[in-house]
Amino acid sequence: MWEYSDKVKDHFLNPRNVGEVVNPDGEALVGSLACGDALKLTFKLDENHRIKEARFKTFGCASAIAAASGLTEMIKGMTIEEAAKVTNQDIADYLGGLPQEKLHCSVMGREALEKAIANYQGIPTAAAEEKIICECFGVTEKEIERVVRENQLTTVEEVTNYTKAGGGCGNCHEAIAEIIDRVRAEARPAARPQLSNIQKIKLIEETIDREIRPSLKQDGGDIELIDVIGNRVLVATRGACAVCQASHLTLKQFVEAKLKELVWPELTVEEVS
Amino acid sequence: MKTIYLDNNATTQVAPEVLEAMLPYFHEFYGNPSSMHAFGGQVARRLREARAQVAALIGASPEELIFTSCGTESDNTAIRSALTAYPFKRHIVTSRVEHPAIHALVACLAKEGYRLTELPVDGQGRLNMEQYARSLTPDTAIVSLMWANNETGVIFPVEEAAALAQARGILFHTDAVQAVGKIPIDMRHNLIDLLSISGHKLHGPKGIGALYVRQGTKFSPFLIGGHQEKGRRAGTENTPSIIGFGKACELAARNLEKENTTVKFLRDKLENALLARIPLSQVNGDRLNRLPNTSNISFAYVEGEAILLMLNEFGICASSGSACTSGSLQPSHVLRAMGVPFTMAHGSIRFSLSVYNTEAEIDFVIDKLPPIIARLRVLSPYWQPGAEAGGAF
Repeated sequence: MWEYSDKVKDHFLNPRNVGEVVNPDGEALVGSLACGDALKLTFKLDENHRIKEARFKTFGCASAIAAASGLTEMIKGMTIEEAAKVTNQDIADYLGGLPQEKLHCSVMGREALEKAIANYQGIPTAAAEEKIICECFGVTEKEIERVVRENQLTTVEEVTNYTKAGGGCGNCHEAIAEIIDRVRAEARPAARPQLSNIQKIKLIEETIDREIRPSLKQDGGDIELIDVIGNRVLVATRGACAVCQASHLTLKQFVEAKLKELVWPELTVEEVS
Repeated sequence: MKTIYLDNNATTQVAPEVLEAMLPYFHEFYGNPSSMHAFGGQVARRLREARAQVAALIGASPEELIFTSCGTESDNTAIRSALTAYPFKRHIVTSRVEHPAIHALVACLAKEGYRLTELPVDGQGRLNMEQYARSLTPDTAIVSLMWANNETGVIFPVEEAAALAQARGILFHTDAVQAVGKIPIDMRHNLIDLLSISGHKLHGPKGIGALYVRQGTKFSPFLIGGHQEKGRRAGTENTPSIIGFGKACELAARNLEKENTTVKFLRDKLENALLARIPLSQVNGDRLNRLPNTSNISFAYVEGEAILLMLNEFGICASSGSACTSGSLQPSHVLRAMGVPFTMAHGSIRFSLSVYNTEAEIDFVIDKLPPIIARLRVLSPYWQPGAEAGGAF
């Protein structure tokens, strides 16, 4: 059973602003039946261009209903400019947090809001031309880039929690990992001080000790630094990692990602036995 | 608030008689059945009785049973044993609707290099027996088909399937975790080689299961160590649980008739009333060939988790095949294999009854569920009063 906050439960059991605004100024439908959740958002402005009325209809789980209900409450009284700044994190915060696996519900809320605003402003949505990364859930490259950037995501699993991308057949995991790498690279300050070889090795060792080993140990695994040749970090897996079939994924998606982030962006991790 | 428990395919309450039988073996008679002293020996004697009780429920002889820790261990042991016994055979036949204990295991074996045939099912969750027969090859090491499906209750003709495998010299395993105790099973009248049972699905404790291995079947142990279970499953026996499991099987044998009368009556009453009161609802699975306690119903345009949480407000426990509850983002693999449209799959609810349910409880659910569906449909952007159930894939 999910651990929902009291506010999520309240908005699920007593949803606010259910329905559709008559003659709305902005409207949008996001999600689909196939995906398992969908949200229709409509709003109307008053004479001061503030959102006077917002209503929703949701097909989906408790948190999808609560996120939509919360969103309509949040944006009432806002100007379009203010509403446009609402992020998925704001929606999750308003609800007192959402379980990790349910963060996509808050993202769906933000997407609907954005699309409804675009609809009001008369901007056609260019979704058709965007590159789809996850075929199962129809998630585009842009959407993934955006959640990675806004929420500082570092793993494919996190992207799945936020957008569902990668939660179906799994064929797009590599593509998602590439997007994460690219966006994370942008986020890094361009000018990094050059590291001497000794500094680099020391920093790698420290990062393994502090950031990597504790996580691996939780699963009974471990890692040992064997050598550093240029930007190639040679490691050996120990404990549960040594026999785990998924350890190469751990090395690439976790160990290498951490070292790239915290030590040097060009580092690659290789396993030696 | 009173709990109305209609999730007995997930787990069951330990029967009071079972608990009573178990309790002395934690604190009073805690001896090791392998010990030489009489203090341990008396426990060994009780284990023999328990083994006979389990055997009696399925018409096996006691030596054909190996106690394990759960149904999943029984499944893993059976498949691995068959593959070890016939190392030159590299093909496995199973179905698309198996429990994860088989489904995930064979996926793992496929990665190890085994060839896999996962037989499809039709819209009612049924196998095509001709297609099954064609899938058997000289290279096939084992067939594993579940006796009854945990989500829909649909019963596979495993006895017929086992005979076809036997004729070709292929081992046959069935995951009978949901079937044992709910429908009559008699191993004297079929050719099944290996059969998995679980204690907690039939009012026994959790953490105990058994694997039936027909006499003369080549067997290779999964857990290696001590001589317990005649060297076929090492590890000190879980004595209180085995004794409880035995008692549960004895009770199940006595209640078997009730399953097909009282429980079936309540299930049918629930199902028919919900179908009549809730438009655009359907039963998933072959209604004629099903466990008597299981009903899997879909309600179009609403989502299962939301239904469950609203039922939860009334103390009603059930489960769902929707994406949000399956732990993945896709709806149940069983419903997808059956081709249930997404409009319906996301809104599926499984009710699974037991002999402990009462008619008053069923009437309560019949009363409470229709307004919940109506309420969620008002929220749903796809719901148009009077709409037809579309096939939105």
